[in-house]
Amino acid sequence: MKTASRIYTAIIMLFLFAPIAILLVFSFNESKSLSVFSGFSLKWYKELFNDSSTLSAVKNTIILALSAAAISTVMGTAAAVGINKLRNKYIRAAMDSVTNIPMTNPDIITGISLMLMFVFVGRLFGSATSLNFWTMLIAHITFCLPYVILQVLPKLQQMDKSLPEAAMDLGCTPLSAFIKVVIPEIMPGIITGLIMAFTLSLDDFVISYFTVGNDFQTLPIRIYNMTKKTVTPKMYALATLIFFTILSLLLLSNLSDSSEAKPKRRRKDR
Amino acid sequence: MKKMITIALAVCLFALCLAGCGAKKETLTLNVYNWGEYISDGSEGSLDTVKAFEEWYKKTYGTTVKVNYTTYASNEDMYNKLASGAVSYDVIIPSDYMIARMEEEGMLLPLNFDNIPNYQYIDENFRGLYYDPDNKYSVPYTYGVVGVIYNANVVDEADAQGWDLMWNEKYSGNILQFNNSRDAFATAQYKLGLDVNSTSHEDWDKALAELQKQNPLVKSYVMDEIYNMMESGEAAISSYYAGDYFTMLDNQAEDVDLRFYYPDATNYFFDAMCIPSCCQNKDLAECFINYMLSEEAAVANAEYICYASPNSLVYENEGYIDDMGEEAIEILYPELSDFAAMYNQYAYRNLDADMLSYINTLWETLKIG
Repeated sequence: MKTASRIYTAIIMLFLFAPIAILLVFSFNESKSLSVFSGFSLKWYKELFNDSSTLSAVKNTIILALSAAAISTVMGTAAAVGINKLRNKYIRAAMDSVTNIPMTNPDIITGISLMLMFVFVGRLFGSATSLNFWTMLIAHITFCLPYVILQVLPKLQQMDKSLPEAAMDLGCTPLSAFIKVVIPEIMPGIITGLIMAFTLSLDDFVISYFTVGNDFQTLPIRIYNMTKKTVTPKMYALATLIFFTILSLLLLSNLSDSSEAKPKRRRKDR
Repeated sequence: MKKMITIALAVCLFALCLAGCGAKKETLTLNVYNWGEYISDGSEGSLDTVKAFEEWYKKTYGTTVKVNYTTYASNEDMYNKLASGAVSYDVIIPSDYMIARMEEEGMLLPLNFDNIPNYQYIDENFRGLYYDPDNKYSVPYTYGVVGVIYNANVVDEADAQGWDLMWNEKYSGNILQFNNSRDAFATAQYKLGLDVNSTSHEDWDKALAELQKQNPLVKSYVMDEIYNMMESGEAAISSYYAGDYFTMLDNQAEDVDLRFYYPDATNYFFDAMCIPSCCQNKDLAECFINYMLSEEAAVANAEYICYASPNSLVYENEGYIDDMGEEAIEILYPELSDFAAMYNQYAYRNLDADMLSYINTLWETLKIG
């Protein structure tokens, strides 16, 4: 039984990581090929750091993902607090469904309708180019918002409602009660929402594809557009670097999570 | 009250966005829209064309230009983006049939060739082709011809002739076919001597029958997977662009010996620089096109892309010939005397929507079996 479960785990790991491993190995290949390994070299890493347009696409992607994640986290948390305060069952159900629309809607429909709206507004103001960084940012915030709300809302529901009331009893204003009591209580939800929004925005292709302008191109779109010729191994190198960055970020956040968890538990024991 | 504030905030947000794109006019901007991986980008010590243009412009005119260089994956992607009216571009590089279509729909501006003196280096053979018969809208950038690539360790030299090789039962399971309706049908049409731009359903049915005959021999229908399958020897016969053959040749495995030849009738394509009607700074766009034709930029681009260049500054440049190798030059630049006639006969033209949907139905019939 034990060996069976080990084999099972091994197979799962293989399926999860074999593609990444292949990419990693061939990013060190001397030639351009994905099938013939002709020798170890760091050539593609060097090429990558000389390729200004790819690097600027990386920069664009990160700027966009960071701002979309930050703004949608703030807006989403505020929205979740508002939804949580709704008393009327029907209005609440309606709000829940409406905020979920961007999440359940196929990306391609969200993308096209956002593009049409931006073009409409742009025409209204008579500008030649209606798609740019800001419209892309709005689009990314739109599809990140429901994920943040979805993460924060359950935390608010789990929270003891008398906590902020007690704080206000002890002299807090509603605002300081919110900042000092509610926010720390729902923090895990906010952080998960932030991370989800960041990763969603980072690798979004479909919606970006429809809302991309002429001065701001993100990495997924740039890689997709390489398919007329073949995708260069520079991209394997880049993917390897991104993989290790994300991996180390994950490790760091998990480590800090486990060291944070202990004092928290102690506080609850008291 | 709260609602008012919300609405006011929303309006402010929009106004801000629009102001963001309207303001800042001190430096000139040029929006270039090109195929991905279709310009020399500074890798492996080559010229970074876009940056070089910015520097050259600054030095010559004293004004800073910011080039926004973005890419697309297909003619149709590019067309949709432009037709949506969402974004304005100043220079685009579509393929021939798309140029013809955009011309027809009034989406291109006639060029002012006084601003493009380097046009003189474009050979007579490459002017006045069907997509732009009066040389008004386009400046050719690259061209290419489809040929057959085979692995000489598997295929007998005697069999390597014409399109028949791709239908040869001896090599069943070793043949790759385009995974793209127009290109796949074209191989059958050239083989049968049919017109690739035929509007008769009967002609296309005949081509389908030929492809169905080939179907059991085909290993798989591929596009850019072709590189890996040919380089590793997984497949031995395919047809593709001459320029891309050199990429495969560079990467072939030790036991693979790739060769290349042209069948008599085959596909020709041109990609050419054009200015779309939404252009915001036509003089600057023409200046960029002219720079792309200069020896420095054109040679770097031709070496990077590996497709043939219609620019005599390139194909007569000794450094370029040395770098590419004589064999490559011979393949890339087949005899020029009757080029325009061959091109006009065999290149794809834009077909109407009904015809395209009919072709798609046939293609599905083939793929489903």
